[in-house]
Amino acid sequence: MTLTPPPPRSVPTRSARVWRFGADVNTDQIVPGRFAPYMTSEAELRKAPFIEARPEFAAQVQPGDLIVAGNNFGCGSSREYAPQALKLVGVGAIIAPSFARIFFRNALNLGIPVFEADLTDLADGERVHLDLEAARIHTAGGERPLPPPPAWMREVWRAGGIVPYYRAHGRFPGVPGR
Amino acid sequence: MTLPPQTLAEQILSHACGRPVYAGEVVTCAVDLAMVHDSIAPAVIRILTEELGASGVWDRERVAVAIDHVAPAATIQTATAQDGVRRWALEQELPHFFETGRGICHQVLLEERLARPGLLVVGSDSHSTAYGAVGAFGTGMGATDIALALATGQTWLRVPSTVLVRARGELRPGVSAKDVALFIARELRADGATYEALEYHGFDAFSLGERTTLTSMAVEVGAKAGIVAPTGAALADDEVPEWLGVQPGATYRRVLDVDLTALEPQVAAPNFVDNVTDLGEVAPSERVPVNVVYLGTCTNGRHEDMAAAARILRGRRVARGVRLIVVPASSQALQQAAEDGTLSTLLAAGAAIGTPGCGACIGRHMGVLAPGDVCVFTGNRNFRGRMGSPDARIYLASPEVAAATAVTGYLTDPRTLASLPA
Repeated sequence: MTLTPPPPRSVPTRSARVWRFGADVNTDQIVPGRFAPYMTSEAELRKAPFIEARPEFAAQVQPGDLIVAGNNFGCGSSREYAPQALKLVGVGAIIAPSFARIFFRNALNLGIPVFEADLTDLADGERVHLDLEAARIHTAGGERPLPPPPAWMREVWRAGGIVPYYRAHGRFPGVPGR
Repeated sequence: MTLPPQTLAEQILSHACGRPVYAGEVVTCAVDLAMVHDSIAPAVIRILTEELGASGVWDRERVAVAIDHVAPAATIQTATAQDGVRRWALEQELPHFFETGRGICHQVLLEERLARPGLLVVGSDSHSTAYGAVGAFGTGMGATDIALALATGQTWLRVPSTVLVRARGELRPGVSAKDVALFIARELRADGATYEALEYHGFDAFSLGERTTLTSMAVEVGAKAGIVAPTGAALADDEVPEWLGVQPGATYRRVLDVDLTALEPQVAAPNFVDNVTDLGEVAPSERVPVNVVYLGTCTNGRHEDMAAAARILRGRRVARGVRLIVVPASSQALQQAAEDGTLSTLLAAGAAIGTPGCGACIGRHMGVLAPGDVCVFTGNRNFRGRMGSPDARIYLASPEVAAATAVTGYLTDPRTLASLPA
């Protein structure tokens, strides 16, 4: 008799904290320009996220925690060190009804899951489970579907970002031209 | 078979892809020019060499490197980082390397005619939308995207849908291109064109500088690119490809009509670019005291912006308790200002002149704000903490409003200054 392997766990065992932010969170709020690695150092970047907008964030955020925000998250500059700082502290995913395009792109390039969904009814500090594979969030109030990401986006996440994706595939996710 | 009409963005991306593409497609296409500046270059070089293992760039002629974000270097840290960028650019024998003092990357690439009509230009700076002033598709990207573009000569993007900004009439005296840009932000809001392109019609009379004021701020409404229809005297010396031009019947998701004649001076109050009202409506019953006036940036630091301020400042002095900081967008702009007397007028009025570059726009040096400062800024962002202290307040306005405000010490409509004693 062979042992049947258990079904893959799609729900992480550890719960994640929701960090709620409002609309139009700009990259100067995520990491002010004077905290750029160029101005300080890579090591300092870990302390920088939301240093003025939410000073307790960097010290209290735990790996896997979620950022849930309003419209137009990440507007402003092209600084990749904004999402990079969020990756350094282990943010598990960012969920907002809409994102500024450069931020969305930078986050994807770094392999941070981003979902366009309105979960602004969730409270700050609420504990939830994110099921990345199924694109679902389990909350105390029930299960919330997230828009399923296209297959190529999952592949970029799985690869750990666009650079490993490119190295593995020898091309970009987009349909090639000439 | 005739193809459906295309927007300017679709035309340029079709050319870059080598096949007709339309809004919504995710495509990989050839990059015509890639720009990187000192603030991001260290990360780009690291990704390029360490993560991608590339020995060099795909095409030296199509790469531009500018030292402009903290120029001259303000700290040992930035000086060291810039040294690394400089060595790399020299080692790679990059012909388009622009040293400290040459100016802001976007202005320099336009002056050097590296950004040209019909090109796809990617830059490590969100205001790379500026290149749309000459009818290029300019777009900002992060360090990883730029490193990949430098390694491969390609990038991938979603072909954007387009919002058409359609102007009629002519600006009245005291009203400028900046007021148009702020009015567009007021109407579309900060996310009104996210993932989209802006296309500007009816601006044939605008100079290249005025067009750059518009396109540099396209990103402030979320746009991926902002492209002015490549017609009018400003492009008389440019070669516009025969395939590039406004096509009747192209699909626009939204049309915003702007009556230039009716436009009043605009101001974006703290802390959002789209927090815009007519200047006359800002605290109409009381004066808004201002103690810093900052004229510069890729949006409004050109010779014509300094000249517009000088016309107002001629024979006048900056008010006591106010500091006026002028940072030209480029060495060419500064030289022109020196040659025609604009610089003398500004100095006589009490202005401090900085080295051409980004200056305090990103809150790193050359005029950062203190807690409690109230600044009228000709730049493009008034986010909390943008120019230094998070407890400073920033109002975005035109060079004309900035100059008039410097004279009075409170937010001032330049048209009212004529009645005040010089």
